[in-house]
Amino acid sequence: MGLLSAFRQGFKGGIHPHYSKITSRFKIEKAKIPSKVILPLSQHIGVPCSPIVKVGDIVKAGQEIANSDAFVSAPIHASISGTIKAIEDFPHPVSGEMTRSIIIESDGKDEKIETKSRDWKSMSPEDIKRYIRDAGVVGLGGAAFPTHVKLSPPEDKHIDTIMINGAECEPYITADHRLMLEKPDQLIEGVRILQKVLNVKTAYIGIEDNKMDAIRLLKKKLKDQNEHSIHVKTVPAKYPQGAEKTLIYAILKKKVPAGGLPMDIGVEVQNVGTTIAIYEAVAHSKPLYEKVMTITGKVNTPKNLMVRMGTMITDLIEQVDGYNGTPKKLINGGPMMGFALPTDELPVVKGTSSLVIFNQNDIHERVPIECIRCGKCLEVCPMHLNPALIAKYAEKDRIEQSKEMCAMDCFECGACSFICPSQIPLVHWIRYAKAQIKKEASVKK
Amino acid sequence: MAEDYDIDKKEPGQAKPVQREKPKFLVEPSPHVFATFNKTKVMWLLIIAMLPAAALGVFNFGLHALYIILTGIVSAVITEMIFLAIRKRNFKPIIHGSAVTTGLLIGLILPPTVPLWIPALGSFVALALAKHAFGGPGNTIFNPALVGRAFLVAAFPAMMSRYIWPATNTTSIGIDAITSASPLSMLSNSGYDATITFMGGKLQAYSSLLIGNISGCIGETSALALLIGGLALLMFRIIDWRIPVYYIGTVFMLSALFGQDPIFHILSGGLFIGAFFMATGYEGIPLTKSGRVIFGIGCGVIVITIRLWAGLPEGVNYSILLMNAATPFIERVTAIKPFGFVKSKRSNKEK
Repeated sequence: MGLLSAFRQGFKGGIHPHYSKITSRFKIEKAKIPSKVILPLSQHIGVPCSPIVKVGDIVKAGQEIANSDAFVSAPIHASISGTIKAIEDFPHPVSGEMTRSIIIESDGKDEKIETKSRDWKSMSPEDIKRYIRDAGVVGLGGAAFPTHVKLSPPEDKHIDTIMINGAECEPYITADHRLMLEKPDQLIEGVRILQKVLNVKTAYIGIEDNKMDAIRLLKKKLKDQNEHSIHVKTVPAKYPQGAEKTLIYAILKKKVPAGGLPMDIGVEVQNVGTTIAIYEAVAHSKPLYEKVMTITGKVNTPKNLMVRMGTMITDLIEQVDGYNGTPKKLINGGPMMGFALPTDELPVVKGTSSLVIFNQNDIHERVPIECIRCGKCLEVCPMHLNPALIAKYAEKDRIEQSKEMCAMDCFECGACSFICPSQIPLVHWIRYAKAQIKKEASVKK
Repeated sequence: MAEDYDIDKKEPGQAKPVQREKPKFLVEPSPHVFATFNKTKVMWLLIIAMLPAAALGVFNFGLHALYIILTGIVSAVITEMIFLAIRKRNFKPIIHGSAVTTGLLIGLILPPTVPLWIPALGSFVALALAKHAFGGPGNTIFNPALVGRAFLVAAFPAMMSRYIWPATNTTSIGIDAITSASPLSMLSNSGYDATITFMGGKLQAYSSLLIGNISGCIGETSALALLIGGLALLMFRIIDWRIPVYYIGTVFMLSALFGQDPIFHILSGGLFIGAFFMATGYEGIPLTKSGRVIFGIGCGVIVITIRLWAGLPEGVNYSILLMNAATPFIERVTAIKPFGFVKSKRSNKEK
């Protein structure tokens, strides 16, 4: 293995930020049940749900409280037991807009709906997908795309490989790492469910080589269970290894066509957390009302917490014994791709990932100067683009040219901004170009 | 993740908070962590990497060489300040060190006998004509130091070819100093055998070229000192290996091909200072990797063409300037293909 790893090559490009994975040895703790939760009616990509409860109703944890008839949507479940206190507008942590939300006040009992074990092996793929939808499972990597939709590829796409993304290449974050260590059986069982739904034999679990304990554990489990269709693959630790396209390339040496999706080359990628949620939804009828979050950075006791949806970030900060020093920046997600939240008075939703807190010392004031044409951004770009040029075009509003330079292929990993010695916010300019291109396209329509 | 700030507002870094009231925390677009690598560091590392060559130049040619280098630097910084003031910019670019780099380079590529107004004028021309006339930092097309030298060579050809051997008593530099041709001009005037004989045999010639015991410009005589600096830059990944490797490699191959002594050619005439410090000089070189390969090969071809068939003995200076001019074209023809690009075309055709 050691010898082989010397020849292992990931994608071309990429960067090596300081990983600062402080919490990688900390067990997942159950967060305290909050006194109230705020559950926005739109926690996924797709049609927002409508409430099916009214103010004053008494609900149990896991009870469905909002749903929608649309296919691209996922129901929302109560995450604590208690009374529906209000249904009103509240700022959404991901979209930033005022969103209709259900507010539940806890009764302190944390009663749960009855869950039952189900034999998924005898179910049809359609049934499994229905259970997944009923449990409100969405992609927990941050995009929050409804999982049952992702598991229903168009008929002309033939899926032959399942890829579980355990790369977790973002600095600081350890939620998936801990899940792989603490729930390996659930993960493997989840992969088997995916294999059944998509009728696929081969599955890979891609893990970065800075998480050798997880790699060893999963390999041992698979060997003990005599499982030959699921393979654990070690991929080099570098950012952004966990992006779908780079992970697929590292493991299968296949390139997803530019502008395409993994399913174009027959690959279905699922996140570790999502796969475990699928298992719990299908085999134990447990709805998605809690998720693992790493709360780290400048807090007194960084932790991996199992958090109920709708918990206020302020409540979570209390559970990590408060901020260490004066917090300056609150990042939802990792420091590379995550976005800064303006306030901590926001609820956790399915689409929020971990929280990283920065002090003044962690914040680097960036004063952009001219491009010195060092070419570093071209070297690190995992999509082999020319970020310097695209950014320059975007700055001059020459959107057509930035489109010709394939600005749309950028998935905004931020490696170019990270490396730029002139401190130019390259990825931000590319985002601007992409937004303008999309705007023009929609005008043309 | 474009939702959390207003994309219509063009200034990056000035994200609009979610709520209209003042946000509790700093809202900035991702990424939130950065490499510690910045332009100032790059430029000062470049300067440090040039110091061995500069120190050896001063050691070989005496204090007058040091005055030339210092005059070059001071004049470059003053010119930069004047033009920044005229163009109403702040003086931060001085700290970035690019003017110091240019001034130092100018000093290194001048003969050790020139009067002090030569480096002053060279630096002025470099920064005024090649840098600020083109729009200042970031818009330079031609390497400023090389433009400065090209100007001086064209305007004062006699002064710019008055070299001395390090053995000359350097304290008495003046009109009476014994001047001599550089090895390359000797090669083009009196032929290879005479040059080698003059330098005391082949091995002696090589070692002189390596340690800089020859006549030539202040900083370009010792290939070894330049190589040490260049390797340091490669190690810190400040410069791209492609340009020096392909540049020097091309000169080596072509000179061997045309029956010349390849080692003599790569060690002499400032090829190393050109390949490591000027052809890699960021501005004016292609961004793409394949473009840099072409740039290096092109420089090498031009150097050999000039040395073997043109009227000038050296050619490093013009080779880089000419390739600087070709850079936009090279960049266009070597436009990189995005990840998965070829495949998408094929699958479109299949459809």
